[in-house]
Amino acid sequence: MAKKTVFQEFTKGLWSEVPPYRLVLGLCPTLAMTKGVDNGFGMGIAVTFVLVCSNVLISALRKVIPKNVRISCFIVVVATFVIIVELVMQAFTYPLFLQMGIFIPLIVVNCIPLGRAEAFAYKNGIVASFADGLGMGLGYTISLTILAIIREILGNNTFWNHQVFSSVFQPFAFMVTAPGAFVCLGLMLCLMNMLGKK
Amino acid sequence: MGDYFALVVACIFVNNILLIQYLGNCPFLGTSKRMETAVGMAMGVVFVLVMAGAATWIVWTYILKPFGMEFLRTLAFILLIATLVQFVEMFLKKNVPALYTALGIYLPLITTNCAVLGVCFINIDKEYTFMQTLVSSFAYPVGFGLALILLAGLRERILLARVPKPLQDTSIGLITAGMMSLAFFGFKGMV
Repeated sequence: MAKKTVFQEFTKGLWSEVPPYRLVLGLCPTLAMTKGVDNGFGMGIAVTFVLVCSNVLISALRKVIPKNVRISCFIVVVATFVIIVELVMQAFTYPLFLQMGIFIPLIVVNCIPLGRAEAFAYKNGIVASFADGLGMGLGYTISLTILAIIREILGNNTFWNHQVFSSVFQPFAFMVTAPGAFVCLGLMLCLMNMLGKK
Repeated sequence: MGDYFALVVACIFVNNILLIQYLGNCPFLGTSKRMETAVGMAMGVVFVLVMAGAATWIVWTYILKPFGMEFLRTLAFILLIATLVQFVEMFLKKNVPALYTALGIYLPLITTNCAVLGVCFINIDKEYTFMQTLVSSFAYPVGFGLALILLAGLRERILLARVPKPLQDTSIGLITAGMMSLAFFGFKGMV
């Protein structure tokens, strides 16, 4: 593999390896947290923070962490940052914290931070890991937000809790329920397959 | 007794962990391509989750809560589950080789299955007693297994069908899961 520049590491997360659609990772929050744009965006930002911090720290410690217990070390690092996010959200964005509930602590077992730590940060330098984490995180945020926009407008006729169309448009509640989430994500994957090069 | 029965039905059907609560979707899509892997994964999750549910409840009630360390629960639980899975793997390898060959490769995957950690959190958040924790830690993964095995059966059939190219594989799997979720949605309001 040719050596990639930092900029390429950053942009690959935005299109060619965007986590939920191309790598099919981190699906649970993608399904559960896209009922409304505020949820989706908040989740994306939380994951981005955890991803950037854990990538940088693991990359900095990659010479210290023994190979045999690396997974446990990754889990501890990721869990620490997740606890930070949890406490900060509880303090400053309490309504969002209540809505997201169990899915904030579950960022720990969301495959993206662990997957990037194993596949990238453990093998690369700090700057490259930072770019990788930021790109992946932003790609994740954008994908979640797009899905949330579709689901919230069609299912609830709102955008960020503000009404979009006049009340003539009858929203179909199917989109904001669990089955709607699966079907919508399935169609989104189909669209990505049609659009893009791998 | 009636309460426990209602809890079992609620956990398996009404609040199905995969299709209604959206937890554990990565292994759901990953292992549902073949019946064999689906059955292995389902059994492994039931096996681990009963132990993990009990262990996390004990740690929460007797260690974290009395000492006011509630904020550490994410870290404590994930480490507990990871070590537990490791121990189970070692124990099975030595003492029950038959079960190990059946479940072995799924055990490490279960550590990062968010259904396991999710059920542990649900038990704590709903303030279940120890017995209720045991029952729900058994019933949730049974619901997980049910959905997983049903989907695996469907996907084995879909392989034979002519699916448009962009829709193939994960995409059609998700849409099928959506249809199943719609069916499970019908249980809503039953309990």
